[in-house]
Amino acid sequence: MLAYIIRRIFQSVLVLLMVGLVAFSMFRFVGDPVDNMLGQERTQADIERLRDQLGLDQPFVVQYWRFLEQAAQGNFGLSYRQGRPVAEILVERLPATLELAFVSGILALVGGISLGIFTAIRRRGLSANVIMTGSLIGVSLPTFLIGILLIYLFAVELGWLPSFGRGEVTRIGSWTTGFLTESGLKSLILPAITLGLYQMTLIMRLVRTEMLEVLRMDYIRFARARGIREKSINFRHALKNTLVPVITITGLQLGSIIAFAIITETVFQWPGVGLLFINAIQFVDIPVMAAYLMMISVMFVGINLIVDMLYFAIDPRLRVDRTAGGH
Amino acid sequence: MTDTPVLSVRNLVVEIPTRHGVLRPVDNVSYDIQAGEILGVVGESGAGKSMTGNAVVGLLDSPARITSGEVLLSGQPIQNLRGEALRRLRGKKMGMIFQDPLTSLNPLLTIGDQLTETIQEHLKVGQTEAQERAIAALEEVGIPAARSRIDSYPHEFSGGMRQRVVIALALCAEPDLVIADEPTTALDVSVQAQIVALLKRLCRDRGVAVMLVTHDMGVIAEAADRVAVMYAGRLAELGPVREVITAAHHPYTAGLMASTPLASQGKERLRQIPGAMPRLGNLPDGCAFHPRCDYAQDSCRANPGPTLDTCDGRAACWFPLNIKEKSEVGA
Repeated sequence: MLAYIIRRIFQSVLVLLMVGLVAFSMFRFVGDPVDNMLGQERTQADIERLRDQLGLDQPFVVQYWRFLEQAAQGNFGLSYRQGRPVAEILVERLPATLELAFVSGILALVGGISLGIFTAIRRRGLSANVIMTGSLIGVSLPTFLIGILLIYLFAVELGWLPSFGRGEVTRIGSWTTGFLTESGLKSLILPAITLGLYQMTLIMRLVRTEMLEVLRMDYIRFARARGIREKSINFRHALKNTLVPVITITGLQLGSIIAFAIITETVFQWPGVGLLFINAIQFVDIPVMAAYLMMISVMFVGINLIVDMLYFAIDPRLRVDRTAGGH
Repeated sequence: MTDTPVLSVRNLVVEIPTRHGVLRPVDNVSYDIQAGEILGVVGESGAGKSMTGNAVVGLLDSPARITSGEVLLSGQPIQNLRGEALRRLRGKKMGMIFQDPLTSLNPLLTIGDQLTETIQEHLKVGQTEAQERAIAALEEVGIPAARSRIDSYPHEFSGGMRQRVVIALALCAEPDLVIADEPTTALDVSVQAQIVALLKRLCRDRGVAVMLVTHDMGVIAEAADRVAVMYAGRLAELGPVREVITAAHHPYTAGLMASTPLASQGKERLRQIPGAMPRLGNLPDGCAFHPRCDYAQDSCRANPGPTLDTCDGRAACWFPLNIKEKSEVGA
């Protein structure tokens, strides 16, 4: 088990180094930041000074090494556009994205798993079929369209919910939260649904398929033959077996909620890292883009690692196979 | 025995409606099982033997359903029970053992969890008491060091041991009837004998009625008191196991016996019954066995299929074999 974890961590580091190389390459090959940072009225001396200050006159390998060294310490340099440390900007923006991802993640998980179980158990029922048909909409409509439709309905026509921004936020240390004010909570609803809907329908369909598969297994039949209650068969015997394969996909989906909040944040002008990234692309603000890329890959790799650990927690067969291999 | 049989199946018919008409995987089957008796049910794949067992416990997969006949458990009709009433009987009054011990146990729950859950479902006992009963049940089926293995997961047991756990699970709420559906088919031959011996012992010790479904004549000869031979959904022959084996009345039973390999028989070519069992949707007129029967005559094709009732009560055949030898066997 320990050897396995160490091997997985080693692999994760390798992945991060590769992403780091890609992120760093952007500095070399995408546009010239100096042009953007200095206005029309610049002198050659200004350009030279800034190049020197940003370290752009160093050789490739030296720059890559410095980049890694700095990145490992959470230092991604100055934003070309705002002239402030990138890490500072990210930390400022991160709470908005994390809160949004958290709410839509919970929505996707709770909604997806419970609807999945429901549609599996009542697979011939009318309501289950209505939900299944409805879920096709969630899977097939693009995120931005769902966002715009929701805005049109609830913000424009009904006027119940705000159409953009985070509303009023409360500052707790360096963390800003929208959970404590009414306008903050109201602002969360539409973006959270928009972001979570696709994941929810995906998880729901996955849980349903797996659950139907498991309900056909011999041990479910045997549990029935022993007179175990339906409730226990569904939620104790079947659900646990359903979750093993569901966890992989779900883990990755939750990762992508954070990563692909970009579209939702753009539609709702949500002041998170996704919107920051979009703006950074428009201004070729490479340090911000590189830092965002690194942050997302750290998250994905981390989530993958946690998912692998969860297997061990849920499936006893894996735990034993590892130790049995040692005999 | 004059007591009410534990299980009494009366003219049971199971039908499956399909687009091409109604199939009858179980057609007018009747038999009794007394307490402490093992009834072997034998036949080829698709003969309806498992379907009969599933019909008794109400585990028929839709759209198959009982359309007529009766299933009496200790004299009480249960064929129309549904839902909660049926669930209370399962495990408590009738246990079931399935073919494959590798897939019969939930891989993610310890065997202790699965046992105590079943025990607490049917008997009014606390957690500690249920745990003790679970350990006792495992000891009874011959699991060594049951106390220390109760928290193990199914994959930590061998196939034979898992089948013992399955038997413990089927018996832990002390049912009067156990339906064992091919309990030895998925096991090694050496383990098969152990499991058969275990079933026999439990049946004797507890006075449980056992319905032993199998296609293995050897298992039947070893374990059963009486045997029911099924062919194409009907009973072909029903009688005490010694008599049926030594002097089969139905040509099909005789064919089955002749095609059972014996180590002592030497190397001659094994006899086989020519052809295959007809498909349910395409049964021949008359006796369903006549196309494969060496003794078939015109009347077998013309008359409606014989049943145990229309014949001598032992074999559903117009021209039963071994009638004369029967008295010699008794001697």
